[in-house]
Amino acid sequence: MAEITLDKVSKKFPDGAVAVSDVDLEIADGEFVILVGPSGCGKSTTLNMIAGLEDITSGELRIGGTRVNERAPKDRDIAMVFQSYALYPHLSVRENMAFPLRLAKVDKATVEAKVKEAAEVLDLTQHLDRKPGNLSGGQRQRVAMGRAIVRSPKAFLMDEPLSNLDAKLRVQMRTSVARLQRQLGTTMVYVTHDQTEAMTLGDRVVVMRGGMVQQVGAPQFLYDNPANLFVAGFIGSPAMNFVPATVEDNTLRSPLGDVPMSDRIRRALEAADAPREVIMGVRPEHFEDAALVDESNLPTGGKFTGQVEVLESMGSDKFAYFTVSGERATSADLDELAADAGGADLPGGAGQQLVTRLSAASAAREGSNAEVWFDADKISIFDPAGGRNLTYRD
Amino acid sequence: MADTTNKKFGWGLVNALVVVYALFPVLWIVSLSLKGPETLSDGNFIPREFNTDNYQLILDPDNFGLFLRPLINSIGIALISTAIAVVLGTMAAYAIARLSFPGKGLLVGISLLIAMFPQVSLVSPLFEIERSIGLFDTWPGLILPYITFALPLAIYTLSAFFREIPWELEKAAKMDGATPTQAFAKVIAPLAAPGVFTTAILVFIFCWNDFLFAISLTSTEASRTVPAALSFFTGASQFEDPTGSVCAAAVIITIPIVLFVLFFQRRIVAGLTAGAVKG
Repeated sequence: MAEITLDKVSKKFPDGAVAVSDVDLEIADGEFVILVGPSGCGKSTTLNMIAGLEDITSGELRIGGTRVNERAPKDRDIAMVFQSYALYPHLSVRENMAFPLRLAKVDKATVEAKVKEAAEVLDLTQHLDRKPGNLSGGQRQRVAMGRAIVRSPKAFLMDEPLSNLDAKLRVQMRTSVARLQRQLGTTMVYVTHDQTEAMTLGDRVVVMRGGMVQQVGAPQFLYDNPANLFVAGFIGSPAMNFVPATVEDNTLRSPLGDVPMSDRIRRALEAADAPREVIMGVRPEHFEDAALVDESNLPTGGKFTGQVEVLESMGSDKFAYFTVSGERATSADLDELAADAGGADLPGGAGQQLVTRLSAASAAREGSNAEVWFDADKISIFDPAGGRNLTYRD
Repeated sequence: MADTTNKKFGWGLVNALVVVYALFPVLWIVSLSLKGPETLSDGNFIPREFNTDNYQLILDPDNFGLFLRPLINSIGIALISTAIAVVLGTMAAYAIARLSFPGKGLLVGISLLIAMFPQVSLVSPLFEIERSIGLFDTWPGLILPYITFALPLAIYTLSAFFREIPWELEKAAKMDGATPTQAFAKVIAPLAAPGVFTTAILVFIFCWNDFLFAISLTSTEASRTVPAALSFFTGASQFEDPTGSVCAAAVIITIPIVLFVLFFQRRIVAGLTAGAVKG
C-alpha cells in the first residue's frame, strides 16, 4: 500500500503526438481515484505510465515516495486488470491466479492458501480447475481481479475493467469492485470512459481531455461545480443543456426566456469580469413542470414553454425533450463533447435539443405544449471563449 | 430431419470421393511395391500374391548405398534444416509481429521475394558456388539452401500465429512480475506452440520432398537424399525394370511424413487462445 504521485508527467510519442501533458496528481494511500474522459484523452496512457508499460517522457512518478520512472513494471509492485482481462488461456483459473506468486518465488503452501482466499472473496472456488475459455464474461473478469489481488500489491490499476460486460452485470460488478476496494483498503486507479462509473465508484474523479487534466475532485463536487464547459457536459446523465445567453443588467436573455439573476450568479459574474455574451448551462434535473412549482418560487426562475417532442416515462420521473429555436451555443468544448457522444451529426434541424427531468406527477404529454420552470440559482454560466465556468465556487 | 440426413449423406459422398481420389495413387504404389517383376503389369489392383522382394532388396544392408544411406541423409538433412529454420523463423516472426524497427518492411519484402524466386534459376549459380567453396555434395550444401527457402515460409506462418496472440497477455505477464524472457517462455511460447508445430511440419515436408536441389547439388551417396537416390534405381540387373523397388522406396519414405504429422497433430489444437481476451 502506498501513495502515488504524478509530478508534471508527460508522454510524447516518437511521432511528436503529445498524449499526456504535465499531469500533476497526488493519490493518497488507500484512495480510489477514477480517470475519466472521452477516448483519446490520455487516461489509458497515464495508467500505462503508472504501470510502467509506457515510458515517461518527462516528469516524475513516485510510488510510496520513491521515484520509479526507470523501474520495470515487475519492480513497481502494482497489479493491473486489463479491459480484455488478458487471462492466460493455457493455464487453469488456479494457475492464472497463482502466476504472479509463482514468479515471485513464493512457496507452494502460501500460494495455495492465497489463491484459495482470493477465490473465496471472488466466489470462484468451484471454478479453480477450469480454463478461462470455459468461463463466462463475468467469471473471467473476476479471475482477472483475483490475479491482481493475490499478491497484495501496493496499488491496483484498472483499465476499463467492466466495459466488456453486459449492462446488468456491469452494474453488479461495479458494486463489487467498490466493496472489494474498501475491503482491501488498497490504493486504486481506475480508468473508464463511462461517467456513471466515475460518479459512483471513486473517492475522487480526474476528468481528462486532450492529455490534460480538466478538473480533479469528489464526484458530487464535480457535478455541482464543473470547472469548465467540458467537465459540465461530460459529468451528468443526461448531459447538461447549454444555450447562448446575453447578460443585460439583472437578467440573462436566452432562448429559454429571460432569466432573473440571483445574487450569487450576479456577484460571481461581476467577480469574474464576465463578457456580455455567455453560455448558460442548466441540468435536466433542475427543471420542473411549472404547474407543480410553488407559486412563490416562480419569479426566482426561468420559464420555457414549448411542444414536448418526446416524453420518456421512467416511472420515478419523466424526461421531456423540447426543441429550442434560435442559435445553438457553440464552443470548442461542446463540439468535442458532441463528437464523443456521436451526436455531432444528429438531425437536429434548426434548433437545439433541451432535455428536462420532470417529476412523475407532471401532466406533460407528447405532442402538446408544456411549461417548464428552472431554478435560476442553480444555473451555471460559462465563458464561450475558454469554456471557463464563471460561476465556479471554490 | 430428412433434409439433414440428405445433407449429411451428400457431404459424406463428396468427402469419400475426395479421399478416394487422393488415396488411389498411393494405394496403387503400395500395390506395385508388393508385386514381382513378372506380375508388375498384369493390371490387378490387388496383387495375386504378395511379394516382398522389393522391400528386401532396398532394405538389404548389403545394398546400403542404394537406399538406406540416402534415407539417413534425408532424415538428417530434413531434421536439421527444420530445426534451424523454425528457431530462426520464430525469432524473426516474433520481431515482425511485435516490434516496430527500421527496415521491417524491407525484411518482410525480401523474405517474400525469396519465396517467389524460381528455384530452378538458382540451381546453376548454387552449383558453381558450392563447388568452389567445397560445399558441393555435403550435408551443409543442402541444409543451407533448404533453410533459405524454408525461412520465408516459416516467418510467414509464424508471424500470422504471433499476431493472433493478444499483446495484452505479454503486458499482463510483465505486470505480474515476469521478465521479458519469462513472459516469452511462460506465456507466449506455450501459446505459439501450435504455430511452431504447424510450421515445423510444413518445413519438414518441403525439405523431405525436394528433388531439384537434391539432384543438382549432390553427386554421391555422401549426401544424396532419397528423392534423388530414387532416380538412380536400376533394378536387380541393368535390364530389369526398377518400378517395383522405386515404389517400395516411395512407400517407405511416406511413412516418416505420416508419423511426423500424426505425432504433432495432437499439439495443433485449434483455438488454444480462446478465452484469453473477450472477443
